[in-house]
Amino acid sequence: MLRKYLDKIKPHFQPGGKLSAFQSVFEGMETFLYTPRSTSASGVHVHDAIDSKRVMIIVVVALLPCLLFGMYNTGYQNSLCSGVEMSFWEMMAYGFLAILPKLVVTYVVGLGIEFAIAQVRHEEIMEGFLVTGILVPLICPVTTPLWMLAVATAFSVIFVKEVFGGTGFNIFNVALTTRAFLFFAYPASMSGDTAFIASKPICGLGGAVTYTDAVSGATPLGQLASGADQITNAVGDPVSTWQAFLGLIPGSFGETSTLCVLIGGALLLLTGIASWRIMLSVFAGGLFMGWIANIFGTPTYPASLLSPVDQLVYGGFAFAAVFMATDPVTAARTGIGKYIYGFLVGVIAILIRVYNNGYPEGAMLAVLLMNALAPLIDYCVVQANVSRRMRRARSNS
Amino acid sequence: MKTEITINRGLDLSLKGSLPADAQIRSVAAAQIAVVPDDYPGFTPKLEVKEGSEVVAGEPLMHAKECDAVKLVSPVSGRVKEVKRGERRKILYVSVEAADVAKAPVAEVPGKDAESIRTALQQSGLWALMRQRPYDIVPVPDRSPRDIFITAVDSAPLAMPLTAEVPDGASRIDAGLKALMQLTEGHIYISFRPGADRGIVPEWAYTSNRVVVTEVNGKHPAGNAGVQIAALAPVNKGDLVWTLDIVTLWRIGSLMIDGHVDWSTRVAVTGSEVAEPFIAETVVGASVEPLLAGALTEGDRHLRIISGNVLTGVKISPDGYLHYPYRQITVIPEGDDVDEFMGWASMSTKKMSESRSFLSKIFGRKEFAPDARVLGGKRAMIMSGLYDKVFPMDILPEYLLKAIISKDIDKMEQLGIYEVAPEDFALCEYVDPSKIEIQKLVRDGLDYMRKEVE
Repeated sequence: MLRKYLDKIKPHFQPGGKLSAFQSVFEGMETFLYTPRSTSASGVHVHDAIDSKRVMIIVVVALLPCLLFGMYNTGYQNSLCSGVEMSFWEMMAYGFLAILPKLVVTYVVGLGIEFAIAQVRHEEIMEGFLVTGILVPLICPVTTPLWMLAVATAFSVIFVKEVFGGTGFNIFNVALTTRAFLFFAYPASMSGDTAFIASKPICGLGGAVTYTDAVSGATPLGQLASGADQITNAVGDPVSTWQAFLGLIPGSFGETSTLCVLIGGALLLLTGIASWRIMLSVFAGGLFMGWIANIFGTPTYPASLLSPVDQLVYGGFAFAAVFMATDPVTAARTGIGKYIYGFLVGVIAILIRVYNNGYPEGAMLAVLLMNALAPLIDYCVVQANVSRRMRRARSNS
Repeated sequence: MKTEITINRGLDLSLKGSLPADAQIRSVAAAQIAVVPDDYPGFTPKLEVKEGSEVVAGEPLMHAKECDAVKLVSPVSGRVKEVKRGERRKILYVSVEAADVAKAPVAEVPGKDAESIRTALQQSGLWALMRQRPYDIVPVPDRSPRDIFITAVDSAPLAMPLTAEVPDGASRIDAGLKALMQLTEGHIYISFRPGADRGIVPEWAYTSNRVVVTEVNGKHPAGNAGVQIAALAPVNKGDLVWTLDIVTLWRIGSLMIDGHVDWSTRVAVTGSEVAEPFIAETVVGASVEPLLAGALTEGDRHLRIISGNVLTGVKISPDGYLHYPYRQITVIPEGDDVDEFMGWASMSTKKMSESRSFLSKIFGRKEFAPDARVLGGKRAMIMSGLYDKVFPMDILPEYLLKAIISKDIDKMEQLGIYEVAPEDFALCEYVDPSKIEIQKLVRDGLDYMRKEVE
């Protein structure tokens, strides 16, 4: 029935039809609902069932544990700080209501721009933003104003992705550039003690948070950077590595729970969508640098006193390792290049985190820096292949 | 000499409709055949006959513009029925209706020296059945190859063993090898699946230091000449090698012994839409209509008839003809009559995929019956490392393809374009989630390179 309806309205969207300005949108919807009937015109006659829609949707599914946990944690932190008792479902509802507007705004702004550009270029709508649109709210503080999100998303989609040619051509990870844009353009709203906990009641749920000496919304890494001796939660109780692993700590919406990140990571590895080489080597690099920093631990750089394992469970490290560094478009593409790229992401993330007190978290900058260097790494790997071929030619002649 | 190679990367598609072990052999008379110049890259056809001309089997229909001596011949005796032309009068095919003709058959046992063999191969139409690297074209007539590679392995989906096609093998293979040894100063490599060389390769070849008999293990594309060359003696800049299959070698042998070529061929008729896969005995270029009559499954689904295998074959119409290399027909559903709701979200175990994101990869059925749908939109190269898993050569396929797309001659050369043929990329094209037409891209790249370099 739906198929019949689509067939009926299709002529309006064809060139010459009265809605032809929305042809890309219509085709996007049609191919989303029904697998296109187009059959192969040249080359192979059968194709693997995998397509980029499937790839993207697997990543979205892998992000769901983080999204759901983020909802719970947002409610939990509010309840903890405001002193208002909430049931599990109330916490979930509170978090849901807190994140919903952000998801809507990023998707509307991002997809709106993508649809418009696809139409101008007469291209099919690409599905890359499906992932970006869910990543952006997950890596931002829950208090980020909507207009900032809108501005940053628009900036990234236009200047980081579309000017380079769209999905598959960007140099930098689009979601991370959105985050970096926010971080550098509006630092006051992106860091500090008040950014990471939703502090207002929403639709009658939750309570207002007043920050006092006893209630602080600083993230664990923020606390370290400002010289705290011991990491505590928002109301001053000490936090164990296990609690940090579970994720009941203040932080950006979706990245506090290393457990949920790992569940998502497991799905990405089981399905083979993300590169295990990159994921493994980011963790290896992080452990290595965390270990080095720990050996030379000094109170001048308080984060160096964290154990290597703690380094991995705090902040956005795990999230960046699983979902950001593995973005196939911006990561290294050669097999050996992936190991080098991943390892350096891990090392640099901890390096920035430990030795630069200005930035309590280094994962974002590490991934962006390595995005810029990935082509260089690949270039070296490719040159090695080229010189192997030239040596072979010389030795034969 | 005898050696062994194992190809570690690759993929065997498990498709429904394979030949049973005791496949029936049906003899199908070829009432009509066609020769398609597009099957012979690098060969620009010039007609030698007119519609209505009488030809005898082995008589030329066309010659190459590049070299008059290189011919495409009629495999049957009869009357030229049609010279089908397309845009800008390009010759699409020349068809011949089989009939008794009053002409004497072509038969002359060639001399044993290099020049006579060369001429005989070119005149007999066998030259056009060989390919050269670089560029994967019909060999240029004025150069001798560094080495010659003969493959007796067809590892493509649903293919039948190539060695099944060389009846009365030994003597003709022997004569063929001796003839080819006159044409190169290098090695003759001839590759088999383990054990398949028995009774086909003459004894002297195992002790000759100019013949290398290779046992090939591994998944498709292990049978591809390009993959074997890469593993045995890669093609460098400035090198030129020839590739052919063992059936062509057998035909060369029969030319050397009988003085004429036996153009009969065995064709595996396979695929999920063939009721009972069988082997047809017919002639190269035969019309497929009589071959498929009554052989297909009942039903009103649209079908795709492929001359060749599902990876490298040519789509033909039900009244079409067998295309080079004339040894397989695959029939699968076309799929343009299917409505699949949100196929990208499918949890079905019937989906054929190498991705573990599909349940079928984990605990799916053993044999799949895919249709010809592309199953996704065309995208830029997004995922990395997927091609490498099915591309068993020391070449970085993604980078070579990007060099081809950007028409960067230096890069193409550095990244190994001289070593590849489009067929080597077929599996890359199959697994690609971005649905790029990779084989077409590689063909265009090779043609562009040849135009610019030579």
